[in-house]
Amino acid sequence: MMNRRRFLVLTAATLAAPRLGASADEMQAAIRKVTGGAPLNPGRVTLELPPLSENGHVVPMRVAVASPMTPGDHVRAIHVFTEKNPQPNVAGFRLGPRAGRAVVQTRVRLADTQSVIAIAEMSDGSFWTASAHVVVTLAACLEELPGS
Amino acid sequence: MTSARISMPSQARRGEVIEVRTIVSHQMETGFRRTERGTAIARDIIQLFVCTYNGVEVFRAELHPAIAANPYIAFSTVATESGTLEFRWSGDNGFALTETATLQVA
Amino acid sequence: MKFAALIVVFLAAAAAADERRSGYDYMRAETRAMQDDELANPGMLAVMEGEGLWRRSGCAGCHQDMKGVATRYPSFDPGKGLLNLEQRINLCRTERQQAPALAYESRELVALTAFVASQSRGQPIQIFAHGESLERGKATFYRRQGQVNLACASCHEHNAGKRLAGNAIPQAHPTGYPLYRLEWQAVGSLQRRLRNCLAGIRAEALTYGAPELVELEFFLMWRANGMRLETPAVRP
Repeated sequence: MMNRRRFLVLTAATLAAPRLGASADEMQAAIRKVTGGAPLNPGRVTLELPPLSENGHVVPMRVAVASPMTPGDHVRAIHVFTEKNPQPNVAGFRLGPRAGRAVVQTRVRLADTQSVIAIAEMSDGSFWTASAHVVVTLAACLEELPGS
Repeated sequence: MTSARISMPSQARRGEVIEVRTIVSHQMETGFRRTERGTAIARDIIQLFVCTYNGVEVFRAELHPAIAANPYIAFSTVATESGTLEFRWSGDNGFALTETATLQVA
Repeated sequence: MKFAALIVVFLAAAAAADERRSGYDYMRAETRAMQDDELANPGMLAVMEGEGLWRRSGCAGCHQDMKGVATRYPSFDPGKGLLNLEQRINLCRTERQQAPALAYESRELVALTAFVASQSRGQPIQIFAHGESLERGKATFYRRQGQVNLACASCHEHNAGKRLAGNAIPQAHPTGYPLYRLEWQAVGSLQRRLRNCLAGIRAEALTYGAPELVELEFFLMWRANGMRLETPAVRP
């Protein structure tokens, strides 16, 4: 499973993200809603997705955050976003010291080849991030759309 | 007919971190699909999954249409005391499902 | 004489077993893991649902366990001719239970079939066949058709292992039906998958239960003789 680190530094003053398309802007807005514009530190987060998906409808995902998970030092939440899905939010996981380990697994839908971004919110208010790139292709031998 | 399945140990040592794995039967209709005629198919998803342990919330997942059908969610929790873990899925169109599992903690 | 022919057929199938691979072998590691994990396999939800239906529909009144049953279908019913497992279940309902037949690909029929077939998981397919139905099914498999003028064999024999639109082309052995197809995000029958293939080559999609479709199923299962059933499988 690959994990490709990308620097994503957003500050309240710097909204000059390159214009990649409406979806990328929506993703930045969704991220900002969670972080309030606070800086995203690369590291501590491991985001695992297959680099080539079997089928975009069902893509297994595992996200882990390095943290002692003590009452004084733990992961409060893990937020996951995509850049090219019809809307950017994937899931928000609320953890806390009772989790014991900051590891969550699920299966996501990816509409197209794109990056997935995971952001961990820590108990000290800091945010950490990692991203992973997934190639998504269409299946062969489809069936008709659902009837009206 | 909806159904959910849980996999977790039935007993653990105090302080041990256990893995809880869940899967629930649900279409997770995104709301972005259209029929042949172009009519939008309404969104129908599970929006929330909550795990409580003897009444205390220990894990929560807010789900969006990007979560695959028949949502699989695996997470961890600390075995603090013997008792009951309750799992609740809720969502659009009044969807509500609850499952429980007991844990013996020595 | 017929018996000897059957032995030859069986031995030939057994000898060829080494070259045959299940669709499972063509999948990525994470998809294989999804199939192997009893809880995480989304097909198991349909199996569980089927188990509930089995109890509530009174099937247990006549039948004990269904171990081995799915390995022998499609098979010939003395009165009705060649039947696949779905048709066999419906025949029980209409003739023995005075219950209405379940619609093809309905949630209930898929669940019941998945439950019955899952009880043969790990067992070798056992279709001992000969005769016209098999020959017609075989002819369908090798006949070019559709706007793209392809035969099943064009992809599944001549190009198995190569890639088509991001997935590897399997050999088309129906080793896990009913199965969870990631593309459907649901469990479905072999006929549903075959209809997808027909749509893919722009041929007329045969209707569910059409004799030509059941005969193609029959040939495909016979061709997979000896391979182990994986129901409920997971496939792209």
